[in-house]
Amino acid sequence: MLLEIKNLHAIIKSNGKEILKGIDLSINAGEVHAIMGPNGSGKSTLSSVLAGNPSYEVTEGEVIFNGKNLLELSPEDRSHEGLFLSFQYPVEIPGVSMSNFMRAAINEHRKYKGLEPLSASDFLKLMREKQEYVELNNKLAGRSVNEGFSGGEKKRNEIFQMAMLEPKLSILDETDSGLDIDALRIVAGGVNKLKSSENASIVITHYQRLLDYIVPDFVHVLYKGKIVKSAGKELALELEKKGYDWIKKELGE
Amino acid sequence: MVEESYINIYNKHRELLQTTSAAPLDAIRDEAFDVFCRMGFPTDEQERYKRSNISDVFATEYGMNIRRIEIASTTAPYKCDVPGLKTHNFYVVNDIFAEAIAKDEIAELAKLGVVAGSLSAIAKEHPEIISKYYGKIAPHSSDVMVAFNTAFAQDGFVLYVPKNVQIERPIQLINMMHADFDLLATSRNLIILEENASAKVIICNHSESGHKFLANRVTEVSLAENSVYSHYEISDSERQTTNIGSLYVEQTKSSVANINNITLRTGYTRNNIRINLSGEHAETTLCGIAIGDEHDHIDNDTYINHKVSHCKSTELFKYVMDDCSYGSFAGRILVEKNAQKTEAYQSNKNICAKTTAKMYTKPQLEIYADDVKCSHGATVGQIEDEALFYLRTRGISEKEARMLLLLAFTNDIVEKIDIEALRNRIKVLIEKRFRRETHKCTTCNSCHN
Ligand SMILES: Nc1ncnc2c1ncn2[C@@H]1O[C@H](COP(=O)(O)OP(=O)(O)OP(=O)(O)O)[C@@H](O)[C@H]1O
Ligand SMILES: [Mg+2]
Repeated sequence: MLLEIKNLHAIIKSNGKEILKGIDLSINAGEVHAIMGPNGSGKSTLSSVLAGNPSYEVTEGEVIFNGKNLLELSPEDRSHEGLFLSFQYPVEIPGVSMSNFMRAAINEHRKYKGLEPLSASDFLKLMREKQEYVELNNKLAGRSVNEGFSGGEKKRNEIFQMAMLEPKLSILDETDSGLDIDALRIVAGGVNKLKSSENASIVITHYQRLLDYIVPDFVHVLYKGKIVKSAGKELALELEKKGYDWIKKELGE
Repeated sequence: MVEESYINIYNKHRELLQTTSAAPLDAIRDEAFDVFCRMGFPTDEQERYKRSNISDVFATEYGMNIRRIEIASTTAPYKCDVPGLKTHNFYVVNDIFAEAIAKDEIAELAKLGVVAGSLSAIAKEHPEIISKYYGKIAPHSSDVMVAFNTAFAQDGFVLYVPKNVQIERPIQLINMMHADFDLLATSRNLIILEENASAKVIICNHSESGHKFLANRVTEVSLAENSVYSHYEISDSERQTTNIGSLYVEQTKSSVANINNITLRTGYTRNNIRINLSGEHAETTLCGIAIGDEHDHIDNDTYINHKVSHCKSTELFKYVMDDCSYGSFAGRILVEKNAQKTEAYQSNKNICAKTTAKMYTKPQLEIYADDVKCSHGATVGQIEDEALFYLRTRGISEKEARMLLLLAFTNDIVEKIDIEALRNRIKVLIEKRFRRETHKCTTCNSCHN
């Protein structure tokens, strides 16, 4: 098993509020899992906690990733171990160029694997090659990380970084939001190109539309910090048609 | 009383000071000394020195080299490495201009009509130039640090660029503190650009390790009509070194000044930077970077005076304070009553990388004209958690991520450096500084921090 989440509880450090209230989820290599759920249900919090965001504290449960206790690893080591988070709101970092950013990232990944840093020309070649996955233009290298990027460009930039780092597990947090139809096809195409029997992804979305392109093996509904329903891809279609009320009813609300 | 020992030294060596200096320096020496006696060293009870008690700084017993003995070699150059940059190199070792190794540069510049070299020598050879400007820009009557400097100054560096002369290659002045005992150096520089002249000056302040040094340096800059001047002052010294710098710039009509002050490392720093915009359409850009850690003290006090209309000033200072360092920025901008159509922009942004670091910022705009465009802003913040986390999720270690963010923070000022090779060098030095790595020039081993 690639990822196993057992009874995960997490609170927001600043106010002590519990957001994740006992999540269980198992993911095998080769699988695509979609997570859906109403606004504020804790989807991004789950992504943040898995990526190691220090704003949250895990109060109960465990997460095994790739045979390791994920929760003991620093965010950077989680990345080195093959976890990738495509942010719902990618952060703008003025003054740090994409190329410096990615060079630092790639070389730290290589260092972790005991490899020498990539030469400048090999690095540029890699950048160019991966940019094509998401059809980002080659002016990207000199631009500051996400600064002044349009919503769609930011999302494409996330997938570009994913292509650069070739993770084992990628969490795509609403990577489809803010994308026009063409961009959606491009982004989904990029994700599919990276898909293999060795890796897996968690796709967080509100819309069935994305799932036409990235076909999930499982669909989960996250509600009030818990996974309340899991089924095959047909669940997404049902949610699209009926909304969440029937699930709330099932839960007796 | 701290002043007493300096007063005694002056009284005892007054004649010696005079016999070792040229007439233009002596003409105002006693006058300046009287001001010093009257005012005394600034203390933190004075508003402008609230963050720097200069009296304490001078309380340490330092030697002074009034006899002008050779306490450190002035023949072996301390070459600061700026790969790919060829400069006209000059050295002031403590407060003695290194004459012997400057001859070729002096001769080469002389071909352009430029007078460059030792203040003490040029005051003798060209008293007409020195008398006209010396002590006219930096007011020894009202600024006690200038008064102290004027009372004890014997030497320093002079650059005189006549009308219509453009010096292509940057001038590099290296101020090196080097002695086998604790030493106070008093040096004085004079930079004069006549009409339509242009020059770029890089000043590097360094020190050898092992002893306490106190450098009290005054630089006067006179910019005549249409002259274009760039000034880069970079301090990278030992922690035991104290730099007290006063830079006075007088700008006349349509002159353009680009002033930069970078404190990479020095134990204790106080800079007074004063720019007078006295001719219409004069423009000035004043930028600064200050990097402090451990117990560093960095205090920049700036004052831009818009005396006449249609001038523009842009000021930008950034500090990165770590550990228990102490930073202060005071930025006063005065727009006088007749200075209509003034544009004055000021920004001071600071990062305290640890909660133990302190930063004080005090913007101060005084506007007496009504038709002006002015803005100012000051912030003290931390490294942004969100950005730090984003970088870390990509596998970049926390330490490296912090460094990238700090480099990004100072980057906009570095990018403004208009000498490409210097810009690249400063980038490298700042990065090493943030990594707390030492650096060594291939040509000299003096700055082994
Ligand atoms: N750092 C934080 N500080 C304060 N509240 C937070 C923080 N992070 C999450 N929350 C709160 O936790 C709840 C869950 O937020 P989360 O972002 O995980 O929801 P989501 O399921 O991703 O919603 P959406 O579909 O709108 O993206 C919300 O009520 C949110 O306001
Ligand atoms: Mg969300």
